Amino acid sequence: MIEINKIVKKFGSNLVLDNVSAKFLAGKVNLIIGRSGSGKTVAIKSMLGLHNIDSGTIFFDERDFSSMSKKEQQNIRKEIGMVFQGGALFDSKTIEENLMVPLIMFSSMNKEEMRDRVNFCLNRVNLENVNCSFPADLSGGMQKRVAIARAIVLKPKYLFCDEPNSGLDPYTATVIDELLKEITYEYKITTVINTHDMNSVMQIGDHIIFIKEGQKKWEGSRDEIMNSKNKDLNKFIFSSEIFRRLKEVS
Amino acid sequence: MNIFSLIGKYFIFIKQVFSRPTSFSVFYKSFLNEVFVLGVSSIGFVAFVSLFVGAVVTLQIAYNLENPLLPSYLIGLATRDSIILEFSPTMISLILAGKMGSNIASTIGTMRVTEQIDALEMMGINSASYLVLPKIVALVFFNPVLITFSMFLAILGGWFFGDISGLCSTTEFLDGVQYFFIPFNVFYAYIKTVFFALIIATLPAFYGYFTKGGALEVGQASTQGVVNSSILIIIFNYIITQLLLN
Repeated sequence: MIEINKIVKKFGSNLVLDNVSAKFLAGKVNLIIGRSGSGKTVAIKSMLGLHNIDSGTIFFDERDFSSMSKKEQQNIRKEIGMVFQGGALFDSKTIEENLMVPLIMFSSMNKEEMRDRVNFCLNRVNLENVNCSFPADLSGGMQKRVAIARAIVLKPKYLFCDEPNSGLDPYTATVIDELLKEITYEYKITTVINTHDMNSVMQIGDHIIFIKEGQKKWEGSRDEIMNSKNKDLNKFIFSSEIFRRLKEVS
Repeated sequence: MNIFSLIGKYFIFIKQVFSRPTSFSVFYKSFLNEVFVLGVSSIGFVAFVSLFVGAVVTLQIAYNLENPLLPSYLIGLATRDSIILEFSPTMISLILAGKMGSNIASTIGTMRVTEQIDALEMMGINSASYLVLPKIVALVFFNPVLITFSMFLAILGGWFFGDISGLCSTTEFLDGVQYFFIPFNVFYAYIKTVFFALIIATLPAFYGYFTKGGALEVGQASTQGVVNSSILIIIFNYIITQLLLN
């Protein structure tokens, strides 16, 4: 489980996260939802130490990440997989080399074992015959799947995804969502996903946190979200015609 | 950001760069790759510039030594000293600062804005050391090779063009090249080269590493890296010369 307590993050005088507290449950798909610019990405990057928080605490299974030295944080990060919004694949390396990087750096596997692990992970995200391709040769959806494969190659305990289906067509977005859900349940990972896609919320969100202007406004499950009385949340969810109609029907 | 905080940030970055590599085999592979990408790929360019500048230096010295009381072998001697003391270590380093510096800053800057550096950090890798240290070691080892090559070709160019233009015969030129040779001058050139290699590798890397934004900012980082490393090379050229030759 990951727990954040009263985290505050400012950029200059701009308060981006204002006393945000939340728990992200183990073996569940935890979603952080909110409008663009609400502070979702900063929240995730702060939890991972990519942004230094101004105050508050972050615990990874009772280990206080926020008070650790940079080196100790690096050790915790070996247990974390991350899927960035743009994929963040190393464009000068082939797909196989991209997945090999963490294995070469941190595993004691020999070359054959590494190759088997790479192929296993690529198969797990339904990709074949792309080992020798470069990221630029693949479509956006395929790049996202490679990014997921790279994130799980070291069997992480925690998986973070920053808008994993942004810029993808609805079908591919659904495939990515399903894949993340399957991987979370299969390996009992604590998964934290940033999204503003309501389809993802309804499809995979076990535990949902709603952020508006850097403040947590609501927390609950997928079943509770449609019947919430929170005005801000309702304004966000029912901004889409489909969800307004769905609410009327239900 | 004021100049003092920029310098402080630079030295913190350097401290991060010079930490022990996580995997020596990965470091060695990256080092060889950088030797090829930054160093070997510059050989042709360095050769071309050296050959022709060596020729021009010889022609200009010959033009300025028209007095019949001055022996012709002075053309070879002056060409040799100009090239060893200044042209090869300093001018070639300035040219390399443009070529290598823009490559380093734009590569690292692009990795920053496309979150590839964040991805490395997330894997628990010291991204500064992983990306920059192989470049520094490659340039510190390979730039002296390039400069040696440049010295040789520039003198060769001077001799060849001096000879075919009839301004200085082969015998006179070679006499001048060998006359009153001070080995310390070559040592001085190598010290400058190593120092400049450190500047060429670290300063553009620093600007690239802390790029924020998109393509425009990567371009700006590249320009800042090249301009500032060129300025530092000029300043340290004076300081090193003052310290070693006086």
